[in-house]
Amino acid sequence: MPLLKVDKLTKSFGGLTAVSNVSIDINKGELVGLIGPNGAGKTTLFNLLTGVYVPSSGSIALKKNAATIELGGKKPYHVTKEGLARTFQNIRLFKDLTVMDNVRIAMHQNVKYGLVSAFLHFNKYHKEEDELKAEAERLLEIFHLSHKKMELARNLPYGEQRHLEIARALATKPSLLLLDEPAAGMNPYETAALTEIIGWIRNEFGLTILLIEHDMSLVMKICERIYVLDYGMLIASGEPNKIKKNKRVIEAYLGEDVSNA
Amino acid sequence: MRTLTKKNLLILGSILLTFALVQVLVLVGILDSFYEITIATICINIILAVSLNLVTGFTGQFSLGHAGFMSIGAYVCAIISMRIGTVGGFLLGLLAGALAATVVGILIGIPTLRLKGDYLAIATLGMAEIIRVVFLNLEITNGAAGLNGIPRYANWLWLYFFTVMAIVIINNFLKSSPGRACIAIREDEIAAESMGINTTKYKVIAFAVGAFFAGLAGGLYASYFYFLKPDLFGFMKSVDILVIVVLGGLGSLTGSVIAAILLGLITTFLQSFTAVRMIVYAVLLVVIMIFRPQGLMGSKEINDLLKFRFGKKEEKIE
Repeated sequence: MPLLKVDKLTKSFGGLTAVSNVSIDINKGELVGLIGPNGAGKTTLFNLLTGVYVPSSGSIALKKNAATIELGGKKPYHVTKEGLARTFQNIRLFKDLTVMDNVRIAMHQNVKYGLVSAFLHFNKYHKEEDELKAEAERLLEIFHLSHKKMELARNLPYGEQRHLEIARALATKPSLLLLDEPAAGMNPYETAALTEIIGWIRNEFGLTILLIEHDMSLVMKICERIYVLDYGMLIASGEPNKIKKNKRVIEAYLGEDVSNA
Repeated sequence: MRTLTKKNLLILGSILLTFALVQVLVLVGILDSFYEITIATICINIILAVSLNLVTGFTGQFSLGHAGFMSIGAYVCAIISMRIGTVGGFLLGLLAGALAATVVGILIGIPTLRLKGDYLAIATLGMAEIIRVVFLNLEITNGAAGLNGIPRYANWLWLYFFTVMAIVIINNFLKSSPGRACIAIREDEIAAESMGINTTKYKVIAFAVGAFFAGLAGGLYASYFYFLKPDLFGFMKSVDILVIVVLGGLGSLTGSVIAAILLGLITTFLQSFTAVRMIVYAVLLVVIMIFRPQGLMGSKEINDLLKFRFGKKEEKIE
C-alpha cells in the first residue's frame, strides 16, 4: 500500500465543488508534484489533507508503521501528529517571534515534560530544552539561518522566510511534507537553490514530499510524478515528460485552440 | 536543578533586597500603615495583572472576567479561614480558593474559548457578572451585606511571597514548550494548529492558570482587607486589571509589574485630591495610549532592556 492513499476525495462549498472525486497515491520516498491553473483546487486539496477542511466525501489513508490511519475529518494538530507537515502559500510564520522560537514551537508535539516541569523548571525541563535547542540549531544550519536565530521572523528577507517555513515544518518530524508553492515570489537563482535544498532534505530526512508549484523549472527538475488538477478534477498524472506533452494539460493551461493556432 | 547559576543568584539577591528594604522602611517608620495598604494593593494588583497578561497578552484571548475569578478565590478563602481561624486555615483557604477559581476557569473556558476577540470579551464579562450575582444571592456569602471580620493573616511577608511566586511560575511557564504553544496561538492560530498544537487545550490551560492566580490574589485580598462584598468584584474591577495590563504592555510581565506599581503610587498620592483623582488618572491613560499605544514596555522584558544597555555580545537563548 502507498504511504498516502487519497480515495475519491470531494469537497463542496455550497454549490461549488472545489475538489471533485480526486484519487491520489503517493509512495514512500517519492517526490510528487501537484500542478494546475489558478483556482484548480490545489490548495483546497492541501487543506483537506492537513485537516483544515473536513472532506464532503472520500477518504485519506496514511500508512504509519504497519497500521493505516484515516485522516479525513481529523483536526490539523492531529494530522500533524500522525506525520504530515505543511507550509503555507502565503507565508504564515509567527512573525513577532524569533527564528529560533518559530522552530522550537513546531517541536512542541514531541516534548515529553509536562506542565509541572514547565512551571517549576525541573531537571527534566532543562535536559529536554537543551536538546530542543541543539536540534533547532541543526535544522537552522541546513537552511543557512543559524546566524539569524535571534532575529524576529518578520525581519527576514522573503526568501529566507520561505526557508524558515520549511525548517519549521521539518521540526515536527514529518514522514510526509506538503509544500504549498515553496518557490512563489523567488527569483530564478533563489528557485534553483531551493530546488537543491528540497532534494537534499528528502534524502537526508527520508521524506516523502508533495508539492504545489507554478514554477515549471522546479517541478520538471525534481518531481518524479505529477498530478494535474483543473476545475477540481484530476485531468492527468504521470512522469514530467509525459505531462509536458499531455493534450489536456496544455489545454488547461493555454486554452483549447492553441494546438490549432 | 540549575538553581545556582549566576543569573538566578542575582535575581534571588534582588528579591531578598527588595523585601529587606521595605521591611526596614516599615520598621523605621518611614512607611506608615497608610503606605502599607498601598503596598498590599500593589502586590495584589501585580498578581492579577500578571495572570491576566498570560491570558490576554501572551495567549491573545481577550478576557473581561478576571474579577470573577478573583471573587471566587476571595469568598472561598474568607469562608474557610472564618471557620478555621489559624494561619493553616488561611493558607488552606488560599489554596482552596485558587483551585476553585481554576475549576470554574476550566468549566467556563471550554465553551467560551471557541469565541474570538470581542465575542470572547463579552462572554467572559457575562460570566463574571453571573459569578457576582451568585455571591449576591448565596446565604453563605451573606448576600449584599458581605462578609465581615475575616481573620487577618495576610501581611507584607505573605503578600510579597505570593507575588514573587506568581511572577516566577508564570515566567517559567512562558519559557517552556507549553508556554511557547500559548504564544504561538496569539501569533497565528491556524499556523499553530498546523504545527501540532492543540489550540483549544492550550487556551484552556492559559485560562486555568490565569484563574488560579486571580483566585490566589482574591484570597489575599479577603484576608488583608478582612471585608468582602460582591460589589467589589464588578465590571470595573476587571477593567482596572485590564488597564494595568494594557498600560504595562500586552506580552510583558515586567510591564505589568511596573504599571501596577505606578498606578498604585499615583492613586495613593492623589488620595487627598479626590475630585481631580479620576481625571488625572484618565488623562494619564489617554496620553500614554496616544504616545505609546503598545504600553510602557511593549512586549519587552527587563532583561531585554538590560542586554541592550550593556551591549551584550553573546546572545543567549532563554
